[in-house]
Amino acid sequence: MPSADTPRPAHWTRRHLLGLQELSPVELTQILDQAAEFKRLAAAGEQKLDSLSGTTVANLFFEPSTRTRTSFSLAAKRLSADTVDFTASGSSLSKGESFIDTAMTIEAMGVSQMVVRHSSAGAPQLLARHVKCSVLNAGDGTHEHPTQALLDLFTIRENRGTIEGLTVALVGDILHSRVARSNIWGLKKLGARVIVCGPATLIPPQITELGVEIRHNLDDVLEEADCLNLLRVQFERQRGAFFPSISEYAHLFGMNGDRLRRARKDVLILAPGPINRGVEITPDVADGRHSVILNQVTNGLVIRMACLYLLHRAQLEASTGMAAGEKLP
Amino acid sequence: MTTLLIRGGRIIDPATGTDVVGDLFIREGVIDHVPSEEFRADRTIDAAGLIVCPGLIDAHVALREPGFDEDETIQSGTAAALAGGFTTIGALPDTSPPVDNRASAEFVTLQAERAGNCQVVPLGAVTKRLAGEELAEIGQLIDGGAVAFSDGKRAIANSEVMRRALQYTRMFEKPILHHPQVPELAQGGVMHEGHYSMLLGLRGIPAAAEEIMVRRDIALAEHTGGHVHLMAISSRGSIDEIRQARERGVHVTADVTPHHLTLTDESLQTYDAHYKVDPPLRPRDHVMALIDALKDDTIKLISSDHQPHASEKKVCELDLAPCGICGLETLLPICIGTLIRSGHLSWMQFIEKVTVGPAKLLGLTDRGTLAVGTVADVTVIDPDVEWTIDALQFQSMSRNTPFDGRTVQGRARYTIVGGDVRYECAVPADAR
Repeated sequence: MPSADTPRPAHWTRRHLLGLQELSPVELTQILDQAAEFKRLAAAGEQKLDSLSGTTVANLFFEPSTRTRTSFSLAAKRLSADTVDFTASGSSLSKGESFIDTAMTIEAMGVSQMVVRHSSAGAPQLLARHVKCSVLNAGDGTHEHPTQALLDLFTIRENRGTIEGLTVALVGDILHSRVARSNIWGLKKLGARVIVCGPATLIPPQITELGVEIRHNLDDVLEEADCLNLLRVQFERQRGAFFPSISEYAHLFGMNGDRLRRARKDVLILAPGPINRGVEITPDVADGRHSVILNQVTNGLVIRMACLYLLHRAQLEASTGMAAGEKLP
Repeated sequence: MTTLLIRGGRIIDPATGTDVVGDLFIREGVIDHVPSEEFRADRTIDAAGLIVCPGLIDAHVALREPGFDEDETIQSGTAAALAGGFTTIGALPDTSPPVDNRASAEFVTLQAERAGNCQVVPLGAVTKRLAGEELAEIGQLIDGGAVAFSDGKRAIANSEVMRRALQYTRMFEKPILHHPQVPELAQGGVMHEGHYSMLLGLRGIPAAAEEIMVRRDIALAEHTGGHVHLMAISSRGSIDEIRQARERGVHVTADVTPHHLTLTDESLQTYDAHYKVDPPLRPRDHVMALIDALKDDTIKLISSDHQPHASEKKVCELDLAPCGICGLETLLPICIGTLIRSGHLSWMQFIEKVTVGPAKLLGLTDRGTLAVGTVADVTVIDPDVEWTIDALQFQSMSRNTPFDGRTVQGRARYTIVGGDVRYECAVPADAR
């Protein structure tokens, strides 16, 4: 396991996890290693830990989500935290209360970490300026989705042993994808080559400034990519038509059995889900032997445990003034 | 008989090309010849070390009354104008109800008179209900005091409507102040489309949204002979178009705002909605093009584009917040820093763009100058005093400024309207 070889930094100091843009390679590796540790413990039968016992984690979901909310909720419970789930539907938001007031009200109930999903980019940054607890971004608009990218990185590393030197293609709607942005930051920081591939209307041309390559022909990418991450077509975020039809999209950018046969023999197929079967991916590929889609879901749990755990540690260290690197009881 | 003597200031009057140290004399609200040494005025202001110039004029500000009294009233907006050194402001018609009829225009003038602060000249709506479909009663609005026409921040997207509007207003020799932006390209956008919008995952507004509309407006002004004035220009491409059109003799003018001259789209990295403005803040190369256009006089006006918003509207998610900056009280120090201290414009050039330029646009023939016999609207500026902008101290009801906390130099010391000292800045003795 890579964590044994990686020099572990003294301690995690960040109070919030807002995005992968601001994280260093060392910090990224620290999260991945911590997640690997939790996965090892779980395999050894230690599913439930008491690290966050006595603390409360609030899941504030101002945008519908099932998988991420469930994953965070379960991660907090595995660490023995109490959890509060708040979803915008039927909430005080419909009574006209602002997003910040809602969050501050929930914080006042004694919450130490807040997991936030919001349809507006920057909402977690805004919140972090108004609350004292830790803020964990669970996806903000079309900006970042750090834990999704971390679990993608974890899954790739788990299968390939390393990220460095790999070629990873992100396929689909890059413009509206927070998963793509977080993945680009994480992959580039850990030394991967990144290709983005999709229709020209869904790739901002400035994305090359992040050191990624733009392609519009998926067939040309197949022979180069070690990993293909098939992003979901975000019908709900698109304003007007960015491509002529779903069938044309599937024809040009859908991953199907025929394309899989032309891909590298050891290619990894990832998808952040929920997947649109028959659009960005056909069922035979989604369920085939190259697919690690369900492993991603499994790994999401330990990634989120690692994030909650590290933010909790940073809080403790900040409050006790504990020396760097000192082990917690 | 009321008299006021402003003694020993640096008198800068671009309208007459004056830049001398001397005295300015006001009798009965009108600029008069300086009397003999023995004359004792009712009041004397010592202006040594200060700049004495025509009262500043802002061609388009949003005063929000009627309809949006939580943001601003005519009372508070005109108080903010005085504090910023403005003696005349043009009030945008995008209120609720909008100023698309004579009675509404007269209401604005009446409320301004009741407030007793600065002079307010109403801008009438170009189209009924600002809907961009049918022309408003432009002739009757002029009878009600409207000096120019605008649909505020709503672009007149229908080219046929804009053509008719330019033809119709030409009959009265009044300009149309237009917000040049193609609505479909700007829809849902919160910032400039470019590197930072990509980084931040925010929906962008391409510079082309402005440039296309600028080209259309120029073509229509050329076609009709009407006068189109483009408000708050932000893009380099627009500047090129305007410069070329003016060389061809097209009746097109434009203004820029202090924030588009000072800030860039990089500021949005904070996700702070105070940086969300319409048109959006652009990258540095666009900013430099705007400054060049001021220098070569392609742009003859600077406007604060005052857009006050109550804090509960502005302190929220970036994509939900309204656009705009509360700008009347910060234009002067921001421009002094960005344009004068950095060496881009002389005091004479800058003052021209906030006096002569807007006076000419709005057809205010007896304002924007210190010539003998004109209305004694005068601003006395302390060019050097250092102070820190504190939004909580604003006269405006709103606080939406990205410049809060910024240390600046220069501010209005006295604002004189019709010979009456309406605003006097209390400067602590040790601040000078």
